[in-house]
Amino acid sequence: MNDNVAVIGVGLGNVGERWDKSLRELAIESIWMAFEDSGIDNVDALYVGNMSSGPFIEQENIGTLIADFAGLGSIPAVKIEAACGSGGAAFIEGYMAIKSGMYDCVLVTGVEKMTDVLPSKTTSILANASDRDYEAFHGVSFVALNALVMRRYMHEFNVKREDLSIFPVISHKNAPFSKHAMYRKELTHQTVINSPMIADPLTLMDCAPICDGSASVILCSEKKAREFTDAPIIVSGVGLATDTLGVHDRKQMTTLSAAVEASRKAYKMAGVTPKDIDIAEIHDAFSIMSALSLEDLGFVKKGEAAKMGLEGQYYIGGQLPINLYGGLKARGHPVGATGVYQIGELVYSLRGDGRVDAEKGLAENIGGSGSTVSVCVLERGD
Amino acid sequence: MKPNKSVGIVGYGVYIPKYRIQNTEIARVWGNDPNLVPIREKSVPGSDEDSVTIAIEIARNALKRAGIEPKDLKAVWIGTESKPYAVKPTSTIVAEAIAATPFVNAADWEFACKAGSETVQACIAYVGSGMANYALGIGVDTAQGSPSDALEYTAAAGGAGYIIGSSKESLAVIESSVSYVTDTPDFWRRQHEHYPKHGNRFTGEPSYFKHVINCSEALMDELGTNPEDYDYAIFHQPNRKFPLEVAKILGFPKEKIMDGLISPYIGNTYAGSALLGLASVLDISKEGDRIFCTSYGSGAGSDSFSIEVTDKINDRRANAPSVKSYIERREEIDYARYARYRKKIRM
Amino acid sequence: MNVPRHWREQVRRYRLLGSKCCDCEEISFPYRLVCPKCRSRKCEDYALIGKGKILSFTDINSPPQEHKYNMPYAVALIGLVEGPIITAQITDARAEELEIGMDVEMVTRKIMEYNEDGIICYGYKFRPIVKYAHP
Repeated sequence: MNDNVAVIGVGLGNVGERWDKSLRELAIESIWMAFEDSGIDNVDALYVGNMSSGPFIEQENIGTLIADFAGLGSIPAVKIEAACGSGGAAFIEGYMAIKSGMYDCVLVTGVEKMTDVLPSKTTSILANASDRDYEAFHGVSFVALNALVMRRYMHEFNVKREDLSIFPVISHKNAPFSKHAMYRKELTHQTVINSPMIADPLTLMDCAPICDGSASVILCSEKKAREFTDAPIIVSGVGLATDTLGVHDRKQMTTLSAAVEASRKAYKMAGVTPKDIDIAEIHDAFSIMSALSLEDLGFVKKGEAAKMGLEGQYYIGGQLPINLYGGLKARGHPVGATGVYQIGELVYSLRGDGRVDAEKGLAENIGGSGSTVSVCVLERGD
Repeated sequence: MKPNKSVGIVGYGVYIPKYRIQNTEIARVWGNDPNLVPIREKSVPGSDEDSVTIAIEIARNALKRAGIEPKDLKAVWIGTESKPYAVKPTSTIVAEAIAATPFVNAADWEFACKAGSETVQACIAYVGSGMANYALGIGVDTAQGSPSDALEYTAAAGGAGYIIGSSKESLAVIESSVSYVTDTPDFWRRQHEHYPKHGNRFTGEPSYFKHVINCSEALMDELGTNPEDYDYAIFHQPNRKFPLEVAKILGFPKEKIMDGLISPYIGNTYAGSALLGLASVLDISKEGDRIFCTSYGSGAGSDSFSIEVTDKINDRRANAPSVKSYIERREEIDYARYARYRKKIRM
Repeated sequence: MNVPRHWREQVRRYRLLGSKCCDCEEISFPYRLVCPKCRSRKCEDYALIGKGKILSFTDINSPPQEHKYNMPYAVALIGLVEGPIITAQITDARAEELEIGMDVEMVTRKIMEYNEDGIICYGYKFRPIVKYAHP
């Protein structure tokens, strides 16, 4: 198909400790919202972004589960898994399904139900994204892997922990506006700096929270999209890349090579450079990941992301506003759903929510400790 | 008892965990008189240490001193009363870790504190008979004393291992060894019990002293030697007092005892006790030195050894850490951390 | 309890066995079936000597549940003298005592155990080097 792929519907369920909602209920909630937003209620296929329904709720085969309970009929429905990058990866699968001409209209749903198990079990499940036999076996939690990268980054680039603490502040700055966010309040820099140490040098406030959530988007061709709207949001470039599974095998421990590679592909496809990007949704699961992402996506020189952050360049009104709906830190990080939330939030911003006038936006979703990264460039089609 | 073929110690290795708890700290917790404690401090294994990990460290140190390939070992025998598994050999894990598997005899030996010296005597026979060129015997324990019991002051962790080979290659030649055992229930632990029980003062005269003295005298009788012929003597050291007293009864002067008396600093490492004392003497001995060593295990029995140091000690000694370096590598912990490390707190 | 899974890896964990590419001599840990440098499929077991330097470290006090009995503990990325970087716990030292560049050596310790009645998994950890002081 030569036509562009467009996003015509977005549904972002509330993120939080949704004690009273099951995985299927969370998914259906966001699917109904996306249907309502798009004006259609039939799709040809469902791609589910989910990391760990098996360990979290002892349920696999959730493509079928959701298609069945959402009343989608006998459509193809599969789960796409790339750890915390599952949502972004599922979105790219959906993109390819439309782009190939195979389907007219697909639904991409990210969903994760994390709060049915105790926190220590969650720690163990999230560690499944690392090398089970050679990282997690040794009691290295996912937080710890990020702490290891952070200390190395601080050492190599002479950056202080307190400087990196600016990133949660930036994400939280936009949170009060974000109706679906888990924590709709601002944070002071001091609060982040002084919060309890989780895995030195990472503090509690450097880490995105454990939560439940589901986000859905509907994709179709630009031509079909224009039957519904004059201003569709076009997916102009996508890129997905992997790096070594283990942090210890990285050629450069403080570079997200998969982000470099995925963004290179996405920029090329979209015919843009980092300078053309007006806004970005960055995978700020940990403060260090914000810095590495901004640098490796080409927005700032290595070692200088925190400095730019401290200068205020990542707030609305700055050079590159990021995480306009709170990012992973304030919106929450329902792992497999996150990538789809990012796309939905980018669509909201590009459609115009009264805060920024952006033409092109980027979403970056990381799986594992940088072992899989998806980058999507979206732009206004008006 | 002498083997057909003359054998000796080709290499030896030791290990003592770094954590120490002071006897005064234990006395503080139970309200005992801090002036009446038996030793200064005892070693405590870290939360990730057990008889297997300690034995692996010992075996690696012994191999460094022996300078042989692990595959040349035909036995890896471990004497311990603190097996991590009630059923499943400790020795197979150790043999696998040091790459001595699969053509090797591996077994765990149990005879309270005598289990370690038994493995050494068995190695002497295994190599002395010509069945094996090299055999490794290790005595190791992470001893548990029941909280508030007298044994809690001394029950410690550590051990030593000896690679036995032909006397030509040895840093010390084994002249002879004898054993002396009777059925004497001075100390025991029943299945499924966490801590051993003991007969209090019954562990002394009819147990420790009778067996150590009779065994030691039997070996000196066999060899026609007497205490003057030895430069050093080591006796099983459940505390500071017993080995000094037994030496006095046998006629060994205190100065021949002190270099091998390490229980005041690390406690009673049970199956490792006499063997660690012997290692600390080997650490400082010179060619021609004669060493006398008698172990004791409750239940009860002793093994005695008569050993003569060769010139090969000089080259090999420095290839692995000394007993002294492990004694000096220490971190003091309080009773709370001790209770955690010893799993006295259930999680 | 995954007995075969741990049994399968245990020798590599006990002895720090990685692999060496028979074509380009690249040394890897963990072992590789395909050389990450030249893509050769001819790789053989290679025993690493277990010495290296700390490249980064952190302190864990909210561990995965199977490691709770051991907390708090330090983990590190260690650059081995042969080249590979390894992720492992640091034992016999708290994180406060560590620094980037510190020399460490391999030691075999209990990594985790399945409660009181399950198997015990042993493997490599690293610790500050024990001095060989002799009197």
